[in-house]
Amino acid sequence: MTLSRRTLIGAGATAALSAVLPRRAYGAAKLRIGLLLPYSGTYAGLGNNITDGMKLAAAEHGGKLGGREVEFVPVDDESDPSKAPANVNKLVFGEKVDVLTGPVHSGVAMAMMQIVKSEKLLTIVTNAGAQAVTGALCVPHVFRTSFSNWQTSYPAADVMLKAGHKKAVLMFWNYAVGIESMAAFKEGYAKGGGTIVKEIAVPFPSAEFQANLSDIAALKPDAVFVFFAGAGAAKFVKDYADAGLRDRIPLYGSGFLTEGVLAAQGAAAEGIKTTLHYADSLDNPANRKFREAFKKATGRNADVYAVQGYDAVNALAQALDKVKGDTGALKELVAAMESVRMESPRGAFRFSKAHNPIQDIYLRQVKGGQEVVLGVAMKDADDPATGCKMPS
Amino acid sequence: MTLSLFALQLLNGVEYGLLLFLVASGLTLVFGVLGVLNFAHGSFYMLGAYLAYWLSARFGSLWIAIAVGVPLMVAVGLLVEKLAIARLYARDHLSQVLLTYGLVLLFNELQSYAFGNDVQSVPTPAPLSIRIPLGEAQTWPAYRVFTAVACLVLAAAMRQVILRTRFGMRVRAGASNAEMVSALGIDIRRLFAALFAAGTALAALAGMLAAPLTTVYPGMGEGVLILSFVVVVIGGIGSIKGAFLGALLVGLSDVFGKVLLPGFASAIVYAVMAAVLVLRPRGLLG
Repeated sequence: MTLSRRTLIGAGATAALSAVLPRRAYGAAKLRIGLLLPYSGTYAGLGNNITDGMKLAAAEHGGKLGGREVEFVPVDDESDPSKAPANVNKLVFGEKVDVLTGPVHSGVAMAMMQIVKSEKLLTIVTNAGAQAVTGALCVPHVFRTSFSNWQTSYPAADVMLKAGHKKAVLMFWNYAVGIESMAAFKEGYAKGGGTIVKEIAVPFPSAEFQANLSDIAALKPDAVFVFFAGAGAAKFVKDYADAGLRDRIPLYGSGFLTEGVLAAQGAAAEGIKTTLHYADSLDNPANRKFREAFKKATGRNADVYAVQGYDAVNALAQALDKVKGDTGALKELVAAMESVRMESPRGAFRFSKAHNPIQDIYLRQVKGGQEVVLGVAMKDADDPATGCKMPS
Repeated sequence: MTLSLFALQLLNGVEYGLLLFLVASGLTLVFGVLGVLNFAHGSFYMLGAYLAYWLSARFGSLWIAIAVGVPLMVAVGLLVEKLAIARLYARDHLSQVLLTYGLVLLFNELQSYAFGNDVQSVPTPAPLSIRIPLGEAQTWPAYRVFTAVACLVLAAAMRQVILRTRFGMRVRAGASNAEMVSALGIDIRRLFAALFAAGTALAALAGMLAAPLTTVYPGMGEGVLILSFVVVVIGGIGSIKGAFLGALLVGLSDVFGKVLLPGFASAIVYAVMAAVLVLRPRGLLG
């Protein structure tokens, strides 16, 4: 077969035209969901689990939401805030997605908020817990299906006080998440009459804790509350146990202390209590069904990140059904999202006025290498949404 | 600070410093004698740690992992020297930085492909998993004592090799004037290859010894690389003895900085480096 010059020009022109025309204009066209997630670097595992959770939910809806076939448009954000504006622009203006989701990293989320705040585009945050997303920077068309940093830490203060721990040392990575997490904890701890003996800010991502552990051993507080995650969390928990502190000074943290690194921590994690909006072992029908389906689809075990992705698509499904898949009718779509009632693997939740989930925060403890749910640390935890003045 | 806490922190600092020395010694040798700025040095540390994880899971023992892993890393060192580093001896530092930084990216991808991106832990060898009580509230894992002693033994062995053997003599000669050594009929290329492989093995061994303490994770090499450069600069480029002093200084200032000036914890090591350079621009023993 030979290609005539005319066909070539025609093909080129069609391609050029389809690139220029806004895809949103087509009524029953595919529903393009943008995924601004890390697929490389330290957070790649989180990005992949969020993606697979979303794919599972879409598959359970027959690959269609609000009558439109779903197409996922992933972009690797590398968890790099400096590249975030370019990546967001690529999805919003280049790919012209109908709905934007992501990211994992709070710094990327802040950059994303700066762009989407003035765009008519439904945006669902699937992990980043920065307070500002549903606080000072809140806008009607941005929702969050994960958590705020406040939610993961404030409830722990009450748990510790009830256990009789009146004097605590705080230790955390000195960046946005750690600082917000500690601020929330201090708020709750002071309210309940607790005293902070010392705050130890560790520069991120340093993981040399030995000197600080000797310090804690000498201070002898009733308990220690920390924020560390990933590799640093694995190292901290091992060092804490090796320093002989685990059996003398109870260790508490937000759930990220053990999430995803329990295997690496091994016996050192035994007995640690954490607070989070999910636990693998949560015993409810939705969670059992979800975990089984996720395992079947991917061969891996689901985690909190997979749940957040799964819930984002399920919430979207409910809302799009109400507006018959019309993502162009943003006002109606936002109203539909606000009325969503979720029966998630994490339990029931709905969105607050600031569009953050109002959800139960669980108290979990590591027992026999497993995360066991001890109970609800805070029922219907509702982020205070400080600074959020939702424009109507 | 009570005396017992002070003693404890002193111990923490020395132990941290000794491990740093093991990594930095290879870096200072390669920089001092070969004249190559090797950014990939941290990658060898990272590869060592991952090999310790992978081999000890396979053979059920960290000792076997080290026995298999160190020769393997010597081979890696020889290969990298032959394929990449040997082309850099006549080039300026910019080319060296570019190529060895490229190697860092390559090794990181390799690690991601071969071992995945999860945080892994390496079990402490059984007889060393006990804890030694220190003071009234804290214990020190026996394995930390072991690594400290092992680093001291290695430092002493290195000193013997450099001062008392023919190889050491050539290394010292090469460090002061490589061209003259070559003119005297010594195969300088083979000396360089052997030295680079030794540096690689030292970094990898440090990674293997540290693995049970630090856990194993992507990017672990970069942090160590930066601190090693600080140690080398403080100690004086090419000086093993300087690296030893530098490493102890960095370890101690890091530990006491964290306790006494927590707000400046991350800057204290660099402040010490700056202070040393003001007093002795070529480093302590440069």
